[in-house]
Amino acid sequence: MIHTEIAIVGGGPAGLCAAIKAAESGAKVIVLDRNSQLGGQLIKQTHMFFGSQKQYASHRGIDIANILISKLEDYKDKITVMLDATVIGLYEDRVLTVDQGGKYIKIKPDTLIIATGASEKFQAFPNNDLPGIYGAGAVQTLMNVYGVAPGESVFMVGAGNIGLIVSYQLMQAGIKVKGVICRGPKFGGYAVHASKLRRLGVPVMPSHKVVYAHGKDKLERITLIKLDENKKEIPGTEFDIEVDVLCIATGLTPLAELLWQMGCEMKYISELSGHVPLRDKNLMTSLDGIYVAGDVAGIEEASSAMVEGSLAGLCAAKAAGHIHPDFEALVADCHKQLYDLRSGPEGEAIRKGLSKAELKEVGL
Amino acid sequence: MRIEQHPIITFNKGRKVQFTFDGKVYEGYEGEPIAAALHDAGIRVLGHTHKLGRPRGFYCAIGNCSSCLMVVNGKPNVRVCVEKLKEGMAVETQIGRGDIK
Ligand SMILES: Cc1cc2nc3c(=O)[nH]c(=O)nc-3n(C[C@H](O)[C@H](O)[C@H](O)COP(=O)(O)OP(=O)(O)OC[C@H]3O[C@@H](n4cnc5c(N)ncnc54)[C@H](O)[C@@H]3O)c2cc1C
Ligand code: FES
Repeated sequence: MIHTEIAIVGGGPAGLCAAIKAAESGAKVIVLDRNSQLGGQLIKQTHMFFGSQKQYASHRGIDIANILISKLEDYKDKITVMLDATVIGLYEDRVLTVDQGGKYIKIKPDTLIIATGASEKFQAFPNNDLPGIYGAGAVQTLMNVYGVAPGESVFMVGAGNIGLIVSYQLMQAGIKVKGVICRGPKFGGYAVHASKLRRLGVPVMPSHKVVYAHGKDKLERITLIKLDENKKEIPGTEFDIEVDVLCIATGLTPLAELLWQMGCEMKYISELSGHVPLRDKNLMTSLDGIYVAGDVAGIEEASSAMVEGSLAGLCAAKAAGHIHPDFEALVADCHKQLYDLRSGPEGEAIRKGLSKAELKEVGL
Repeated sequence: MRIEQHPIITFNKGRKVQFTFDGKVYEGYEGEPIAAALHDAGIRVLGHTHKLGRPRGFYCAIGNCSSCLMVVNGKPNVRVCVEKLKEGMAVETQIGRGDIK
C-alpha cells in the first residue's frame, strides 16, 4: 500500500492545476491518469481557446496542456505522476485501487481530488451501433493525436461548440464534412465557428435529426428528417446522405462512477449535464476530505476546470495540513475567476445548475 | 488512411512494426492504439456481439465503452482503442464473449 497526502484522479486541466497548487502548498501529491500522457481533453484541441488571459485564452488546447505539464515539473520532488494507471475502485476506507499495465496497486491518500472529466452521450436511432458511428472525442483522438483519418466523408450530429470545432478540424485534416445538424431551430455553438464552416461550404442545418443508419457491416448511409420548431418530425421530409462516418457530438456527461462507489451524495442536474456530486463552495463533496474539480462536477469548459482544480488543490492541501502562504488571497481569487467565467447570459444555465448542487453546510 | 499533411499538428510516430489481423500481415506504428493501425488499414469491424452477432467498431476511443473488444495474442476482451501496438502482435476479430484459453 502506497501512502500519500493527496491523490488526484485525472490529469486533465482540472487535475493538473490541482496538483500544481497542492504541491505549491507543500503537500505530497500523486496524480493518476489512465491515459499514457497528461492533459486530458486538451491534447486533442488544436484550436485557440476562448476565455480570459488568466486561463490561457488564445492558446491552443495542446499548448495549454504543455504549459501546465512544464509547471508540474517544477515540483518534481512533491508530485509523482502515474500514467497508464486506471483507478478502478475507491472504497469507503479511502483506499484507491489502481490497475497499471496489469499490475494491481493500492493507494491510501489523506485527501482525494476526483477530476475524471466526462464521457460522451449517445443517440437513439435504429442501427446506431454500426461501425463508423463514433463519438466526437474518438474522431478527434484518432485524427489529432494519432493522425489517422476517421473515414472518407463525415456527417456531424450536434452543432454545439464541440460539433462545430471538430467539423472544422476534420476539414483542416483534409476530410470531407457533408453537413452538421442539430435538433433545435438554432445551433448552440458560437457563430464564428459556424460561419467558418459555412465559408468552407459545409451546410450547418438546425432542425434536423438522424432517424436511421444503413449499412451491412459498417455505415454506408443515413436518413435524416426535418423537425418543426417544437422538435417534432415533419412527415415526408426524410432524405438520405451517403457517408462512412457519423460523428456524435451531442454533449458530455460527468464521469462520476468513482464518486458513486464511494458514497458521495449525488444529484441529477440537467444544467450540469447529468448526475453530479453535491459540493460546498470549496468543492468538497459530502464526504470529508474528498474534493471534485472540472467536468466531473458538471460539464463546463477547460477554463473553469483549471480554476476549480486550483481551488480544490489549495483546499485539499489545507485539509492535509499544508496551508499555502497566500491561501486566503488565492482562494478568493479562484472564487472571483469562477464568478466572472460564469457571469452574463451564457453562464445562466451553469449558475442555475450550480445553485442546485450546493451542499448545505452541516453544523460542525 | 493516414493524414499526411496537417496545417497545425506534426505527428510523432513510433517505429514501423508489423502485426497480424486474423492471420494477415499489416503495418502500423509502435505505441499507437491497435485500433488506429486497424482503422488506417480500412478495418472497421473489430468484433461481433454474442447474442445477435452484430458488427462492432470502436466508439469512444478512450477506453470507456468496451465497444472495441478484440482478441490480442490469444487474450480476449482487450480494448484495442487503448492497447498499444507492438511488433508481432496477433490481433483477431472477437466473436461473442471470447474464451479464456
Ligand atoms: C472539441 C472540444 C472543444 C473544446 N473547446 C474548449 C474551448 O475552446 N475552451 C474551453 O475552455 N474548453 C473547451 N473544451 C472543454 C474542455 O476540454 C473540458 O471542459 C476540459 O478538458 C475538462 O477538464 P477536466 O480536467 O475536468 O477533464 P478532462 O480533460 O476530461 O480530463 C480527465 C482525465 O481523467 C482521466 N481519467 C478519467 N477516469 C479515470 C480513472 N478512473 N483513472 C485514471 N484516470 C482517469 C482521463 O484519462 C483524463 O485524462 C472543449 C472540449 C472539446 C471536446
Ligand atoms: S472504443 Fe470505447 S472502450 Fe474502446
